[in-house]
Amino acid sequence: MGDVAWKIGGDQGEGIDSTGDVMATVANRLGYHIYGYKSFSSRIKGGHTHYQVRIADHPVRAATARTDVLVALTQETIDKNVQAVGPGGAVVADQAFSPALPEGSQLALVTIPMAQIARQIGNPLTRNMVAVGASAALLHLPMAAFSAYVSEKFARKGDETVAQNLEALGQGYTAALAQMPEGLSVRLPAVEPAGRLLLTGNQAVALGAVRAGCRIMAAYPITPATDIMEELVTLLPRFGGVVCQMEDEIAAITLVVGAGYAGVRAMTATSGPGFSLMQEGMGLAAAAEVPAVIVDCQRAGPSTGMPTKNEQSDVMAAIFGGHGGAARVVLAPGTVEQAYHDIGLAFNLAEGYHLPVIVASDLSLAEWTQTVEALPYDGIAVERGPVVSAAELASLVTGFDRYRLTESGVSARSLPGQARGQYLATGVEHLPSGKVSEDPANRRLEMDKRERKLATLAREYRGTEYMGNERPDVLVITFGSTVGAVDEAIGLSQGVGQVARLQVRRLWPFPAEEVLAAAQGAGAVLFVEQNAQGQLAQLAEMSGLHHARTRHLRRYDGTLFLPEEIQGAIVSALDLAAKGVS
Amino acid sequence: MAGTITLADVKTDEKSWWCPGCGDFGVLAALQKAVVDLAIAPSELVMVAGIGCSGKIGNYINSYNIHVVHGRTLPTAMGVKLANRSLKVLAVGGDGDGFAIGMGHFIHACRRNVDVTYITMDNHIYGLTKGQNSPTSDRGAKVKTAPEGSIEAPVRPLQMALAAGATWVGQGFSSNQAELVELLKGAIGHRGFSFLNVISPCVTYNKVNTYAWYKQVLTRLAEDGAYRSDDRQLAMARAMETDELLTGLLFEDRAAPSYEDQLAGFEPQPLSAQSLAMSPAQWQELLAELA
Repeated sequence: MGDVAWKIGGDQGEGIDSTGDVMATVANRLGYHIYGYKSFSSRIKGGHTHYQVRIADHPVRAATARTDVLVALTQETIDKNVQAVGPGGAVVADQAFSPALPEGSQLALVTIPMAQIARQIGNPLTRNMVAVGASAALLHLPMAAFSAYVSEKFARKGDETVAQNLEALGQGYTAALAQMPEGLSVRLPAVEPAGRLLLTGNQAVALGAVRAGCRIMAAYPITPATDIMEELVTLLPRFGGVVCQMEDEIAAITLVVGAGYAGVRAMTATSGPGFSLMQEGMGLAAAAEVPAVIVDCQRAGPSTGMPTKNEQSDVMAAIFGGHGGAARVVLAPGTVEQAYHDIGLAFNLAEGYHLPVIVASDLSLAEWTQTVEALPYDGIAVERGPVVSAAELASLVTGFDRYRLTESGVSARSLPGQARGQYLATGVEHLPSGKVSEDPANRRLEMDKRERKLATLAREYRGTEYMGNERPDVLVITFGSTVGAVDEAIGLSQGVGQVARLQVRRLWPFPAEEVLAAAQGAGAVLFVEQNAQGQLAQLAEMSGLHHARTRHLRRYDGTLFLPEEIQGAIVSALDLAAKGVS
Repeated sequence: MAGTITLADVKTDEKSWWCPGCGDFGVLAALQKAVVDLAIAPSELVMVAGIGCSGKIGNYINSYNIHVVHGRTLPTAMGVKLANRSLKVLAVGGDGDGFAIGMGHFIHACRRNVDVTYITMDNHIYGLTKGQNSPTSDRGAKVKTAPEGSIEAPVRPLQMALAAGATWVGQGFSSNQAELVELLKGAIGHRGFSFLNVISPCVTYNKVNTYAWYKQVLTRLAEDGAYRSDDRQLAMARAMETDELLTGLLFEDRAAPSYEDQLAGFEPQPLSAQSLAMSPAQWQELLAELA
């Protein structure tokens, strides 16, 4: 079938994550395409957790409802997940808890004394490696690849640990081979190693930031954004930079404003609650026209919400948050490759237009691993934006007009240290010189100048990505990580009707013309997004989209959109489109 | 640049919007004098100003000035300093800005020891919002938001700074110019975080903590020949004994390394002057580490 869903489940704190990582990494190295999805909770120990690794011979960018091989370390894992295992699949379980399938189940149950083997080896921690070995056998994946990775992974812990883990792996493999279920139909076609990376969106953001020349990162730990800080804390010092763990998110954003003002590429990364705290600081960046890059890894809200669950509900907060109407840009990557691209673009826009740029990521993109086609060096170019030259400053008769009125709205800035470039950068309304002023005429001119930057930017950059034929029966409009499941659902719908997809890549300034043009010829429009309010749909409506045949598919229960569910909504939208035509 | 900076260089043509007699005029004058004495070029000086009457000080000094949101001067100043460590970075604000809304940053700035000078202009009152309780208002102070007298114990900024690990702590009085100029020069010259609280009376809304009152109650550390400013415990004891009604250099630790000095890979050359270029080979090397 070329697409296998393997899942391991057990109690949180029992190494489920690192076990899933082994499977994902080895399969990726073998040349398969991976999508790794962890269901976890906001605690360190206890409670059920599982990790799905989808292994395919083609790119996959979503989880699936299906499970082919379920590895159960507790009975709860079986009880909660077995219904997803279809005919031809198998359940592998530790004999230690006397696993039982539901009454009448026809599924193959492979019982292996995992904990017992681990104890005999002399290292109870190798239990999960027994499970990996057994999985390798059931998936017909080469043991050598697992052995090589395990040797590498445990090398730091010494020869004995390596030997114990290899032994566990081997015994699990042998035990599973000995009881290979007859009806097991899981087969992956052989593929060649392709040297592709397996990354999360957070890793791509960190890498892209370094590639883009970010040198200062300030943040406060928060799920699901913390990895960005943890990646950069080792990366940035190699390029002379620094990560500052601050006392709160307000300190983080205002530090970024200080660094941006002084001419260094700086960023912060946070999630909902921290993003709310940053609103005033972002307003300062907008008013004082200081570059700032803010990554918001959205999670379920409001308030503390569900910190470990995905949602895309900060759209309105990102665009309209804070008081007084502050000009900003909001980008929304949907894949790991796009996250890399967008963080590079964010720095260029921030410095090119002197404003805060928000990269609205989401938990699924931030945390789940994907096989990445490439993060091309040329995918990011460093463009520093207008800075006044020393010669211009030297020739000035009066002071430097930092906030000079221009057609584009963008006015060159000076950087502290530049002789004769002194000015007042302020969140108070100001004259072109920076001096504070409440003059009504000037107020309008400076406010219009800041807003004009957005119009200029919107003319220069596309804000959507379209896939499919023109004038489709159904146009699916979506954004963020949901695009992965949407694209797969469209693939599943082939032959049923013409379906196209519009991914909104820039939420603000909203690419209204592109969205209206795409929707105009569509038989029906289907909005797919992960929030209760339909924030993207509202945004489109505000921008003038009023399609007579519009459907909405929204999810806000903390679980993932699955391609199968979206396919159902597409079919129903196709019906709607057909009615509209007749 | 030594000797080439004059008072005219550090002034702006902006009119000062403070009440006649405001203590902030004295702070401004002393700061301008200190900058001239230290021969800091206007383009090398960054003022990070808070919100409130005192936050306007940056408007009147010819320098790079960033006027930020209420209470957040210190993290912004840290960002400026890390971006360009060759600049002289001064954070300035009032007692409300620093010890109410900004208190969290104050404590953390003290313990981090970034090479930034923090000057507070302390008048024990909210002036710009016209007379509310400040974190440094005396217990019993009758103000608009405590008409029967404040029932809260005041914040003691010097003790807080000492307890939080600040490596330079002093207090000045805006009407004692000579001493204030020297304190400012010492604070700016200190390598690390320096905290100078300046008593800067509000003549409009604070009729208790007046110039006359301060002149009676303040003692000068410089007049105590036995006082040593290199002992944190002694400094703490003195601040407690005097209820912080003192002026002078209370404490300094010249040996403590600054935050920047301890950062791995942080070069003496300012970050803002460094190249952002990365070679394709460096990029491939980074990616290879993730394979």
